[in-house]
Amino acid sequence: MSIKKINAHCLGDLARADKYQSPLAPGRSIRNQSIKWLKSLLLIRAAEEKIGDEFGKDVIQCPCHLAIGQEATAVGLADHIRKGDRVFGAHRSHAHYLALGGDLHQLMAEVLGKETGCSRGMGGSMHLYQPQVGFHGSVPIVGSTIPIAVGAALSIQMDGTQNVAVSFLGDGATEEGVFHESLNFAANFRLPVIFIVENNLFSSHLHIDLRQPYNSTCRFAEANGIPWQRLDGNDVVAVSRACLTATRQVRAGKGPQFIEMVTYRWRGHVGHREDLDVGVKRKDDLILWKKRDPITRLVKGMKNKKWLKPGDLQKWTAEAEVAVQKAWDLASHDPYPKPEALLGRVYFQAENR
Amino acid sequence: MSNGQKTSYGQALRDGFAYVLRKYPKVFTIGQGLWSPWYVGNSMTDLDKEFGKERVIDTPVAELACTGVAVGAAISGKRPVIVHPRVDFALLAVDQIVNQAAKWCHMLGGQVSVPVTIRAIINRGGEQGAQHSQSLHSWFAHIPGLRVVMPATVRDARDLLIASVLCDDPVMFIDDRWLYEQEEILPSPREILLDREGPEIRKTGKDITLVSCSYPLRQCIEAAKVLEGRGIDAEVIDLRILNPLRRTPILKSIKKTGRLLAVDGDWATCGMAAEILASAMEGVEPRVWKSKPARITLPDAPAPTSKPLEKAYYFQVEDIVKRAVEIVGSKIKR
Repeated sequence: MSIKKINAHCLGDLARADKYQSPLAPGRSIRNQSIKWLKSLLLIRAAEEKIGDEFGKDVIQCPCHLAIGQEATAVGLADHIRKGDRVFGAHRSHAHYLALGGDLHQLMAEVLGKETGCSRGMGGSMHLYQPQVGFHGSVPIVGSTIPIAVGAALSIQMDGTQNVAVSFLGDGATEEGVFHESLNFAANFRLPVIFIVENNLFSSHLHIDLRQPYNSTCRFAEANGIPWQRLDGNDVVAVSRACLTATRQVRAGKGPQFIEMVTYRWRGHVGHREDLDVGVKRKDDLILWKKRDPITRLVKGMKNKKWLKPGDLQKWTAEAEVAVQKAWDLASHDPYPKPEALLGRVYFQAENR
Repeated sequence: MSNGQKTSYGQALRDGFAYVLRKYPKVFTIGQGLWSPWYVGNSMTDLDKEFGKERVIDTPVAELACTGVAVGAAISGKRPVIVHPRVDFALLAVDQIVNQAAKWCHMLGGQVSVPVTIRAIINRGGEQGAQHSQSLHSWFAHIPGLRVVMPATVRDARDLLIASVLCDDPVMFIDDRWLYEQEEILPSPREILLDREGPEIRKTGKDITLVSCSYPLRQCIEAAKVLEGRGIDAEVIDLRILNPLRRTPILKSIKKTGRLLAVDGDWATCGMAAEILASAMEGVEPRVWKSKPARITLPDAPAPTSKPLEKAYYFQVEDIVKRAVEIVGSKIKR
């Protein structure tokens, strides 16, 4: 792969806030696909802004890690997910869930701890589950879902289907030992799994330059003989293209794939604020990264192609906001789990499913 | 199998594995050393040759990822058994056991079944020392959502292994190498439901209740024989399943004997014996007690290596006899 000529250790310009701000180039992709991406990005953005607002008002109390600004990674993957594929997230997974088609009302109900939530109100923001759309779970112990995704891939391999497993992880998770164990395992058994590192340069408050000797995590794929791609994670066109390549390879039985998507979260590690208030030094970068916005750049690209009619964007934005408000209102009036749920769900009972 | 020949505990484990591998295509085993017989005694010998290396998988040296892989396969429709040749090694996988396997059902609203069996072997004695000898079953039994199984008999070795694999919840299945030479004539394997199983009375008696599990249970049975010669009729209860714990049979026995000695191959502080004593104090009226309950456990120290220290560290049948005699001989002043 020619891409291997790029140094697997360094992100180069991809890490720069002042680069990659030009309109996207949807290329040969059809107009309808771009509209689908845009609507999905708008819905996720609206949903997370709502969650952020309600978190700020203390209406939501469970820890919410917002992916505002880095929605394109999930949206670009979702195109290529088929029935029977198994996607796993981590602590920042609202976007993964929604991009795959997870139910909006059930997400709102879950962050409110309601019985109607996607995890029946037992998990909250950090424990999302919607197997019917291929989202098989997210948990906040950093790195924990990586081997679980590899196990799902082992199961797929045993069944002999052409499905894939996907592990979404952050740059922080690449510092966990289990990440390295999992890459070695997946490569050794040539398992159908795609590791997607959303490298947003931060783990909690700490920049990757203070945590790792190099800022690109592709070096770990290289070390394990796993083919890797690296790209601007705020470019949904590039994300989708990379995911197409990766899923094709994996479905063809060629073993694991690794994609590093460089992105940036606008909000702080947890909650609605930007972490500027607590002294994280990223003010100048944040201003520039907001210009690297996956939505604005897609909109500009679509305008260049004359794929947007006047008023389309406003209309779709309003539609997303209405859908979010409607889901929120519904969830707000939903019941909490009954006290019996406390002990009744410790062990699996088929009738509870 | 029921031809009148004796089966050893180690062989019974192998029979259990062979049974589920043969009957259920969803079952597979994975872990370090599965293609290397010396790690696991005779309990998995040649399973790879019989069922193929795709279903009996030897692994890289990565306890955490391998356990996570088993958990991931379990939530994807398989019934894996992840094998840790020492309990000590399983500690590297505690995130997957405690944070993941034991929690997914509850925290995802009861929608997810995690039918993984985590088999770990206690391999104490033989000067193996502090990091090759631990049992830690009390630790695991502390975790809601994690079933903990410790077979003491040959039949349980096979049938509780089968039940663990067929259970829809994560099961920590802990067997003790010191039991492997035990022999019994076994009937054919039977499929039992783990959540219906609980403590069993291995010997009835009226003077004192001995509660134990795994290898120390065998010691209690031996002790009961010695006690019989001294005119003490001990009742011996085998816990079998440590979590969730069914306390009723234990309380019922104490209400009959009025005396309790808990014997456990784990440490005292916050240990299984402590749980038995606490449950008994809560569940049995003061007037019933004929003497103070007591426990025999390992001393609160890591396992030593040197032979004389090992001898001091692991309690013997005589220790159980001595303590039981003391309990029966003492009276509560009222």
